[in-house]
Amino acid sequence: MQQTAAEVPILAQEPITFERPTGTGSVLHNLWRFCRRKPMGAVGGLIVLVMLFAAVFVDAKVFGSSEPLLAPSGYNEQHIRRAEINQGPSLSHPMGTDELGRDIFSRILYGARISAVIGYSSVAIIVVVSLLLGTFSGYFSGWVDTLTQRVIDVILSIPPIVLLIFSLSVFAGRSGPYVRMFWIIVIVGIIVSAQSVRVVRGAAIAVSNNQYIDAAKTIGASNARIILRHILPNVVPVAIVLATVNLGTAILAEAAISFLGYGIPPPFPSWGGMLNLSGSSQFRAEPLQALWPGLAIALSVFGFNMLGDALRDVLDPRLRGSR
Amino acid sequence: MRQYILKRLLLAVPTLIGVSLIVFFMVRLIPGGVVQQIAGDTPVTPEFREQVERDLGLDKPAYEQYFVWLGGVAHGDFGRSLRDRQPIDNRLRNTLPTTLEMALLAIIISLLIAVPVGMISAMRQDSILDYLARTVAIGFLAIPSFWLGTMIIVYASLWFTKATPVPQQYAQIWEDPYANLKFLLFPFGYFVPVGPAVVLGVGLSGTVMRLMRTQMLEVLRQDYVRTAWAKGLRERNVVLRHAVKNALIPVITVVGLQVPIVVGGSVIIESLYNVPGMGQWFFQAVGFRDYTAVQAIALLTAVAVVLSNLAVDVAYAYLDPRIRYS
Repeated sequence: MQQTAAEVPILAQEPITFERPTGTGSVLHNLWRFCRRKPMGAVGGLIVLVMLFAAVFVDAKVFGSSEPLLAPSGYNEQHIRRAEINQGPSLSHPMGTDELGRDIFSRILYGARISAVIGYSSVAIIVVVSLLLGTFSGYFSGWVDTLTQRVIDVILSIPPIVLLIFSLSVFAGRSGPYVRMFWIIVIVGIIVSAQSVRVVRGAAIAVSNNQYIDAAKTIGASNARIILRHILPNVVPVAIVLATVNLGTAILAEAAISFLGYGIPPPFPSWGGMLNLSGSSQFRAEPLQALWPGLAIALSVFGFNMLGDALRDVLDPRLRGSR
Repeated sequence: MRQYILKRLLLAVPTLIGVSLIVFFMVRLIPGGVVQQIAGDTPVTPEFREQVERDLGLDKPAYEQYFVWLGGVAHGDFGRSLRDRQPIDNRLRNTLPTTLEMALLAIIISLLIAVPVGMISAMRQDSILDYLARTVAIGFLAIPSFWLGTMIIVYASLWFTKATPVPQQYAQIWEDPYANLKFLLFPFGYFVPVGPAVVLGVGLSGTVMRLMRTQMLEVLRQDYVRTAWAKGLRERNVVLRHAVKNALIPVITVVGLQVPIVVGGSVIIESLYNVPGMGQWFFQAVGFRDYTAVQAIALLTAVAVVLSNLAVDVAYAYLDPRIRYS
């Protein structure tokens, strides 16, 4: 005997109630669960938040005070009395001062802003490019796919650092710091995208092979609808994990390129630039000055990796162990 | 299998042509060309520019230069350096083995660190040891190799009162294996292996360690491992003879995929430690706009990457009989 749709509610005597599946609760509750189940991920998230806070509020002035809340000095403000040059850590200069008498703690805080701007902007490029190209390339296998993959082959067969040095000297050889920053963002974004497109493409192919995609095609859904309603939502978790881990990658890339002298020029306080290749004789005299910027890079990348790992476990168990 | 390898080699040709095109034309776009570099601070007169360009063969149209260069490369001739007019091949003969050896040592070191740690970490899952190993692995991923190198050089000169070795102390492994390994592994004295190859290897080991751990976890849950336990085999036999062998297969893939990272890392580490290899040469050549040198190095690294990718896939099929390429 067949039932029509209208009959079903009548047959069900009691009102249909849905039990809330475990795991969906308020945002705060979910956050608490995440912290309890993934303590290492929570630590990573905390590091990420601290870095973001420093980047945003480093020169914010609160309650009408004339002094910035976080940074004791400007990033290029020199304390030129002889006693204030190359100082060790003290109460007034928590990380000491450099050879020009600048407060290293303030420079590290301002450096967080540079790293954050470059990291988050290039990750925005990476997410958009890899989602667009990855889903298209994975869903429409054919010449679109072949062409994208060959271009990616070319990009991936040149080592990233080599490509970065190269393209930065072409596009930003004589530019000022801000144009340089723009090009670093674009180039890091493109290079890292090349890897991410592959991952998203793989995920998109896996989703395309599901039966519900065939079903959607059978009922005459357009390609646009299938991509937007069925493929994209299933690929987004992959992109979130990639974004988190790639934030660390982008920060490392900027640091490496500034270390080699092709990145953000002095006096801007890029963490990699503070470790610059030419400063080694200075560091031999004042080893602590080499400690702080490296610590800042390592800690923030560590934070993004930890958070990305935990997110991967929660959002997409299939990806566990990749990278 | 032979067909598969041939197909892959044919597919590599367009990739390498793409790389050569990008490299060739981009290096010519770097502002402040080679003529300016040769002239130094003196202003460049049109006659001087014309003469230098004729000397270096830069007066021909770019596409003609490209085909001349490509023809030379096909015969194994990379042309002459624009800086000292010496044949590129001569310098390659000294720098290529250095970088290759350093990369190989780095990969071996990364495996020596990563495989045992990843193994133990998986065998004692969720123990304190495991958490420690995982934190260290993510730490290794996060610590930039140029910072690690800088700190080592700074503190080594403080504690051992030794300066960084100079390139003159370097000898190829076939000339003087002792001096060669000392330079790459123990530049600051025995018992402190903190040379360039080690720093490069530590940077690689994080990824391998994490992969080794997840692979071991997966293999240890397989039925044949349970059977091995049920037969009453000792843990040593179960782990070493049944589990590790299979867990290592994907690790090999990742090692092969790390080749671009090793090569890129050598640019930084060689500049830092003054290793007279290809990485340092590339860094100097970009600065001097030594077009031919940059082209040769970039093309060779691309060849290395393409070949190592192929080698990984072939090794994969060889090690795991379940994999067949059609």
